[in-house]
Amino acid sequence: MKSKALASPYILWMVIFTIVPLAVVAYYAFTNSAGEFTLENLANAATYWPTFLRSVGYAIAACVICLIMGYPVAYVIAQTGASAQRILYLLVMLPMCMSFLLRTLAWVALLRDTGLINTFLGFFGVGPLPLIRNAGSVIMGMVYNYLPYMIMPLYTVIVKLDPRLIEAAQDLGCDSVQTFRRVILPLSLPGIVSGITMVFVPAVSTFYISQKLGSTSDVLIGDIVERQFKSAQNPYLGAAMSLLLMVIVFISIGLMNKFTGDEEVTTI
Amino acid sequence: MSKELIRLVNCRMDFDGETVLDSINIYFNDSEFLTLLGPSGCGKTTTLRIIGGFLQPTSGDVFFDGVRINDVPPHKRRVNTVFQKYALFPHLNVYENIAFGLRIAKVPNKEIDERVTEMLEIVSLRGFEKRKPDQLSGGQQQRVAIARALVNRPKVLLLDEPLGALDLRLRKDMQNELKRIQQQLGITFIYVTHDQEEALAMSDTVVVMDKGRIQQIGTPEDIYNEPKNAFVADFIGESNILDGIMRADYVVEIFGRKFRCLDRGFEPNEPVDVVIRPEDVDIVPADSGHLCGTVTSVTFKGVHYDTIVDFKGFKWLIQTTDLHRPGEYIGIKLTPNDIHVMKKSAYSGMFGDYSSYSAEYDEINDPDAVIGGEETVEEALNNEE
Ligand SMILES: Nc1ncnc2c1ncn2[C@@H]1O[C@H](COP(=O)(O)OP(=O)(O)OP(=O)(O)O)[C@@H](O)[C@H]1O
Ligand SMILES: [Mg+2]
Repeated sequence: MKSKALASPYILWMVIFTIVPLAVVAYYAFTNSAGEFTLENLANAATYWPTFLRSVGYAIAACVICLIMGYPVAYVIAQTGASAQRILYLLVMLPMCMSFLLRTLAWVALLRDTGLINTFLGFFGVGPLPLIRNAGSVIMGMVYNYLPYMIMPLYTVIVKLDPRLIEAAQDLGCDSVQTFRRVILPLSLPGIVSGITMVFVPAVSTFYISQKLGSTSDVLIGDIVERQFKSAQNPYLGAAMSLLLMVIVFISIGLMNKFTGDEEVTTI
Repeated sequence: MSKELIRLVNCRMDFDGETVLDSINIYFNDSEFLTLLGPSGCGKTTTLRIIGGFLQPTSGDVFFDGVRINDVPPHKRRVNTVFQKYALFPHLNVYENIAFGLRIAKVPNKEIDERVTEMLEIVSLRGFEKRKPDQLSGGQQQRVAIARALVNRPKVLLLDEPLGALDLRLRKDMQNELKRIQQQLGITFIYVTHDQEEALAMSDTVVVMDKGRIQQIGTPEDIYNEPKNAFVADFIGESNILDGIMRADYVVEIFGRKFRCLDRGFEPNEPVDVVIRPEDVDIVPADSGHLCGTVTSVTFKGVHYDTIVDFKGFKWLIQTTDLHRPGEYIGIKLTPNDIHVMKKSAYSGMFGDYSSYSAEYDEINDPDAVIGGEETVEEALNNEE
């Protein structure tokens, strides 16, 4: 009884910030402008499947690149001395203190044809190179923005890794590659899973990055949702798309957890 | 049996400018059961880590089969370790933990299965194959750690207090089991413990350490019967350590009385430490004793009584099977066999008196004969080195 009473503020919190917004989204997704129940919105949303697919594809690419870039960084930070560790960790976090919009605009200033990089290359008679308005620049923008979300959970897991386990692996005949593959990597799996989740979720629903760094063929589902709520004035379709996106996210995370869960048993 | 396998030459280990091991010289014979014995913090684990390759000595050399291996990484050494804190892989179940080394060595699956199953049998963990380490008790984890190392049939097995978490019964069983495995497979065991009984019972050779230095190396009998200094005498078993003076070869004076003993080779009138083991003393009626004293306390210990007897203020521990009541005035008899004479060392005067008041201790010291001041202690220390 007592524990229930203590939990009530959190339950209230969850109701206000999670359940209610979800309910509102669901309500809009299943009604039309006359307020009647309909499945039309969902059917319409589903016709945007190429955009959904592109969003998922870009998000996966961003996740993979974040993982490949983030893991060594997290590992190095976790291995350094205590004081250097704090500074390095702060440096990783630092960009997050600045507005996400500003940082994306800064990339535009860097990458566009008359931007800093191409101007510089121009001095050598090179370019201008197509650095912006393509899939690569959109994914790069995602990686840049979400990399800290990958590094954080990885760092947290790696720093807690017991060095004696590494010694035990060496003792049993592992060289450094085998030690990594058979002990360090499996033990950092929880960090990898939460890192991927934390990058994938915002990346798959992002909208601003693609507008600023992408071309018209790089429109992502987030952009279209945004458009429904703003210029198109069709919150019903927007809500249906959001709902669909959420389902996609849940399925992706579920798949990954299942995959990594099995992995754990069959690694060796 | 007596082929030399590992040798540590003048090994020294500093951590942050603090010397943790100093002038360590030991050799380990093939198929030998050698125990490093010493109090907590004396450097046992550090010594093992140097042999395992996890630490490089600050100075000194490590030889394996005559080859210097200071720079050989752990995975290339034919040595396996049972770690003090087990260090089991939390992501693998018991079976896979034990199979780990064999999988790395690319042993065929069928053989892995046989050897792991055999090991599980030996450490009595059949039926636990699928459990993860965090689903095991401390003692079970410890046995997995032993199995995980042993299954590789290494040339040398380093065991860092491998039985520390087991209850007495299981401990005894595992001691026998380990000893049996060691003899059967002919593996060299380098065993760390701070349990002197375990060390004496299991080892071919015991190395007694304190404060990063080796105090004595010898067979269990040597260590017990012929301790080199007061530390060893006190650490191994119970001892009464008295101040004495060597009057001549085979004659030592204690409490102003001369006793015949088996020791020789001391300077005439050299101050010495005399060890008398509690179980060696015979209690006799006061009128026929060499020394007489009053019983001050008696504790029943099962097999015997721990009897504390006050000889002119210096309290001895005597172990007897007969009950003597506190207050009783008794005598004791000593034969030459019961007396062991040691050179003075830095440890002299630190151990051996069973009184609770240090004031009483001063009272009986003969100022002329025994307390030689700083010089004697330092001299003794130099002699030690
Ligand atoms: N990495 C290290 N850095 C600094 N000091 C250390 C380190 N490892 C060990 N020491 C110190 O070295 C000394 C010996 O440690 P060691 O672990 O060898 O003791 P031990 O004999 O195994 O003790 P125990 O029986 O408690 O396990 C201790 O004083 C310890 O504090
Ligand atoms: Mg230790």
